Amino acid sequence: MDSKRRDFLKIAGLTAIAGIAAPSAFGTLLKGEANASSAPAGGHGPVAPTGKRYGMVIDVRKFTENPELANQCISACHTIHNVPDFGNKKDEIKWIWVDSYEHVFPENTQYKRPDALKGMPILTLCNHCDNPPCVRACPTKATYKKKDGIVGMDYHRCIGCRFCMAACPYGARSFNWRDPRGKDANGRPFIKEINQKYPTRMRGVVEKCNFCTERLAIGQLPACVEVATPTKALVFGDMNDPNSEISQVLKTSFTIQRNPAIGTHPSLFYII
Amino acid sequence: MYGKGRIIPALILFLGLMTTPIWYKSGDVSKMPKPEKPKDYTECVAPVQYMRTSHMVLLNEWRDDILREGGTRVGKTANGTEYVRSLQNGCMKCHSDKKKFCDTCHIYASVKPYCWDCHLQPKEAM
Amino acid sequence: MIEKALKGSTGYWVWMLFLLSIMGVGGLCYVQQFNYGLGITGMSRDVTWGVYISQFTFLVGVAAGGLMLVLPYYLHNYKAFGRIVILGEFMAIAAIAMCLMFIIADLGQPMRALNVLLHPTPNSMLFWDMIVLNGYLFLNVLCGWVVLQSEYKGIKYPKWVKPFIYLSIPWAVSIHTVTAFLYCGLPGRHFWLTAILAPRFLASAFAAGPALLMIIAMILKRTTRFDVGREAQDKLVTIIGYAAMLNFFFLGCEFFVAYYSQIPGHMHTLDYLFWGLGHGDQVFNNLVPFMRASVIMGLAGIGLIFVSRAKQCDGLLVLSCLLIFIAFWIDKGLGLVLGGFVPSPMDYVTEYYPSAQEIGVTAAVWATGAFILSILYKVAISVKLEKEV
Repeated sequence: MDSKRRDFLKIAGLTAIAGIAAPSAFGTLLKGEANASSAPAGGHGPVAPTGKRYGMVIDVRKFTENPELANQCISACHTIHNVPDFGNKKDEIKWIWVDSYEHVFPENTQYKRPDALKGMPILTLCNHCDNPPCVRACPTKATYKKKDGIVGMDYHRCIGCRFCMAACPYGARSFNWRDPRGKDANGRPFIKEINQKYPTRMRGVVEKCNFCTERLAIGQLPACVEVATPTKALVFGDMNDPNSEISQVLKTSFTIQRNPAIGTHPSLFYII
Repeated sequence: MYGKGRIIPALILFLGLMTTPIWYKSGDVSKMPKPEKPKDYTECVAPVQYMRTSHMVLLNEWRDDILREGGTRVGKTANGTEYVRSLQNGCMKCHSDKKKFCDTCHIYASVKPYCWDCHLQPKEAM
Repeated sequence: MIEKALKGSTGYWVWMLFLLSIMGVGGLCYVQQFNYGLGITGMSRDVTWGVYISQFTFLVGVAAGGLMLVLPYYLHNYKAFGRIVILGEFMAIAAIAMCLMFIIADLGQPMRALNVLLHPTPNSMLFWDMIVLNGYLFLNVLCGWVVLQSEYKGIKYPKWVKPFIYLSIPWAVSIHTVTAFLYCGLPGRHFWLTAILAPRFLASAFAAGPALLMIIAMILKRTTRFDVGREAQDKLVTIIGYAAMLNFFFLGCEFFVAYYSQIPGHMHTLDYLFWGLGHGDQVFNNLVPFMRASVIMGLAGIGLIFVSRAKQCDGLLVLSCLLIFIAFWIDKGLGLVLGGFVPSPMDYVTEYYPSAQEIGVTAAVWATGAFILSILYKVAISVKLEKEV
């Protein structure tokens, strides 16, 4: 057998082995990533309903009728979760906040639109995407998607690389640039009133809305939803349960989502 | 040996310095930590021996189970008493004095867990 | 062999002490940052990565640039690079060490850095970046050291390093590709979301890395008897020149796609970087002078580098390499990372200015890199000169 033929056979053999082994090795590598990597079926179509998927409808009209409501929702959330207030934009930490229509929906650039939309305050928070880019980016699985659709954070594990903040297309993530338990120059603590039932965070980790996982577990609604429930401005529930209130609302109302074109499949829906 | 006169005294000096902590604290063994146990309860969530050696493992398991898998937040002891699987809202309900319970052993063992960077000890004055 | 680094002229020791003093000052800045938190830097909620990550990105390129020496020498048996190839490998070591330091400096919880290994996450590009960077560091330490040691002993390097040398070639490509993937896989960041990012990174790397090497080689030619040789110098000019041209071609492609498609997201960052972005009643343009200077310097550098070869003028060669190196340092070490955050996904413009401490830490990491490089080059050059004289 001449050397060329022998080389050819060697290469052919190696290629065959690689061909057989590679897919299974790849499969093993990705095993157990179900929670972290989350590719929904189909790029454009709706996602097949399996298990729970929590979602929220934000009825902006109701917030316009009750101008105080949004701030009450924010304050309820931030008090319960010990979210610090640093008093400046650079260090700012927010789980739920109000921004103007132009900033919440920057892609919507109608030539003419209702006057009321100009600068209209709109409540926004983490979208709990079904296909979250932040979860894909996180190098330690400190942020992950749960079976019920909630995108959670494990602050114990976060190394503070802020890759998730670069990845989030909705500006929903905040970083603890300094110690949230500290005080400002006047001795005022950043967390005004501490909720003894919930932890704070520490310097150097990223944080965001957790859809009140800890409250859902004991049968309560998310804090913001609880505040808004009398007005029905926020409707929260399992979108995969056809009888849930949110399913009914989504079936009967036209809603929009923040930047849906990038395939993140947000779980927040707006009625404008 | 080459350079004996310098190497051997240097070695002795090195060993002496390295072992300073041992003989500095020798004769101090009587001061074993005695963490104060809650008076109203007789059993913990797991056998005492396990809790002594592995409470941190248990806490990590609770955390991963609850945060990631949506696991239950309520557990039951061997005798059927319900408890909350949480450091801040469970453990500290019985072991309500961090200084007299957690800190005694942690200081003795010279470990500095970062629990309290985020979790609040009962009625913490911040 | 390492003992060669412990014997040197006064100039060598003054240089090392100078670097150590910068490292000391920067170290104090880092202590301050460690105690206060990253809030001490100029970074903010909207611009979450600053000068640390942009230096990291640029230096990955400098490391990958070593490929342009290793590949011709080992794969194509291009003998003229015989003296300079070790400089390329050792520069990669120093550059990767700096990359790793910049990453650590940028972490909010540096003590937890090893969580990346404890909880390996294959879907995160940062996880792969960690693997390829450390792998490349290992390969260059191994290959560089073994080959040099063999030369020191006066024998040919052992056969078993060959596979590692060959492996280091595609590996060099991988480090900059994966680093580009950190950025170009993020939806909602239009400036980074371009398939040409990895090729552009590689093109600028293959220009900036060898350009730095050329500058150092010229300094060595002046200060020591170590000369890389005319042929190697001329060949490097070709490599640097064409790689730099490719980079500008790719940049031009970006401009075309943005301004011909007229998609606002694609145009905004380029507007911000090159013309100034009008937003509300303000115009944001703090990077415009830098970016314009970068283009002018880069193009001038390309022109001059070929003139320098035609005229065989070392002074001009150093000048053109300096222009190209600085041009690409601005392009990637400033504009690329900072630009990606402007405007934010919620259409806000936040301008970033590094803080004094941040600059201190950055200077210290560069000084540490230079320190490592000086030691490695001292060893390499001592060995080379000893064997040849």
